[in-house]
Amino acid sequence: MTGVRVLVGTRKGAFICSSDGTRQDWDVTGPLFGGWEIYHVKGSPADANRLYASQTSGWSGQVIQRSDDGGKTWEPVGNKFSYDGTPGTHQWYDGTPHPWEFARVWHLEPSLHDPDTVYAGVEDAGLFKSGDGGQTWVELPGLRGHDSGSSWQPGAGGMCLHTIIQDPANPARIFTAISAAGAFRSDDSGQTWRPINRGLHSEGIPDEDAEVGHCVHRIAMHPSRPSVLFMQKHWDVMRSDDAGDSWHEISGNLPTDFGFPIDVHAHEPDTIYVVPITSDSLHYPPDGKLRVYRSRTGGDEWQPLTAGLPQRDCYVNVYRDAMAVDSLDECGVYFGTTGGQVYASADAGDTWSPIVRDLPAVLSVEVQTLP
Amino acid sequence: MGGSDVIRVVLPSHLRRLASIQGEVQLEIAGAVTQCSVLDALETRYPMLRGTIRDQDSKRRRAFIRFFACEEDLSHELPDAPLPAAVAAGSEPYLIVGAMAGG
Repeated sequence: MTGVRVLVGTRKGAFICSSDGTRQDWDVTGPLFGGWEIYHVKGSPADANRLYASQTSGWSGQVIQRSDDGGKTWEPVGNKFSYDGTPGTHQWYDGTPHPWEFARVWHLEPSLHDPDTVYAGVEDAGLFKSGDGGQTWVELPGLRGHDSGSSWQPGAGGMCLHTIIQDPANPARIFTAISAAGAFRSDDSGQTWRPINRGLHSEGIPDEDAEVGHCVHRIAMHPSRPSVLFMQKHWDVMRSDDAGDSWHEISGNLPTDFGFPIDVHAHEPDTIYVVPITSDSLHYPPDGKLRVYRSRTGGDEWQPLTAGLPQRDCYVNVYRDAMAVDSLDECGVYFGTTGGQVYASADAGDTWSPIVRDLPAVLSVEVQTLP
Repeated sequence: MGGSDVIRVVLPSHLRRLASIQGEVQLEIAGAVTQCSVLDALETRYPMLRGTIRDQDSKRRRAFIRFFACEEDLSHELPDAPLPAAVAAGSEPYLIVGAMAGG
């Protein structure tokens, strides 16, 4: 029997929600790692039983947890993230130089092929890699060492590397995104990097079309079409048809083009999802209505999806890592809110229902489709 | 001060859960009983605590961790300074505390 496992990271622990292929009845287990912030939990595409979790705390720093049995048991693995060489400085909020300091792991991206290989995107922005199941971590310093590195600056949530995408057709190609530096691409397995931000336009930076400095919130790709990327930027929803070499805006008829997550339907590469948020200072949906917007045309034309979602008095946010899709025949779509709800749609977004309503604020949602 | 003493250490609940510790930890310390020697012994027995109390390289205490004993705040003592005799003798515990910072 096929099924899904939804991996939820929250401000106060992790939760695992399981269901069969109908996705109607859910078993919720947790909290795991109660009291700790769980920025991200993700399973290996090569082994569904291998999970990684980023567990952090303002008191006690970073812990990485690993499960080899689908989340039934966990063990702490390596938590030493040392920047390569002398870290140097980036820009602080006020434009002054600020030393690079490790704060936490925002995002864990297991290899497409090897359960023991996993990438970590960290704050202050850097990319780390483990080849031994998370026991030891080494930086891929070419990214942070890019000529522009000293000019990168934090977004409101910190200077985080939050998006890591591997190109399934080209193992040497990796995409990353950093708030607020922008998007970067490597074509040599992470050794060297180039900014891929041409076409982005951001108010609030001295040169609105600069090569770096854009607050990219999230990038998504469909694995069958890796040269097409979709981006939710601080403001603007963007699309690239040339692996990031250039971007054009696809915000179209969205009620606001501010937001955090963006994702792609598992079987329709031109069907994409965003959750419009009022503005950078009003981190809640417009008009108190929680609406997912879906485009079936690869952008520009958007349709609100509201069935089963609160359409009055709703003032939650949806963070950048808190949306995911499963790959069952009828694609499932999932997202979590700062109000602790995790919503699921078993019909590609047409209708929604909560898996669970009262968790701590949700930081991340990932889904595993189980055989 | 020297020999082999049994030191009592109390950890905050989130670190006890991380290391699967019930109650106090009892550590045998060979040599001087200091913040550094206590944490060295603690991290040797519970490697998952490395980095959660002090930096793994610099050994500096994390900013939101405090060390108390005998109703005194020892957070700012030098890492190699002797701990109070009552801690070294095991009659008083060494308290590793998360700073009161809400959350």
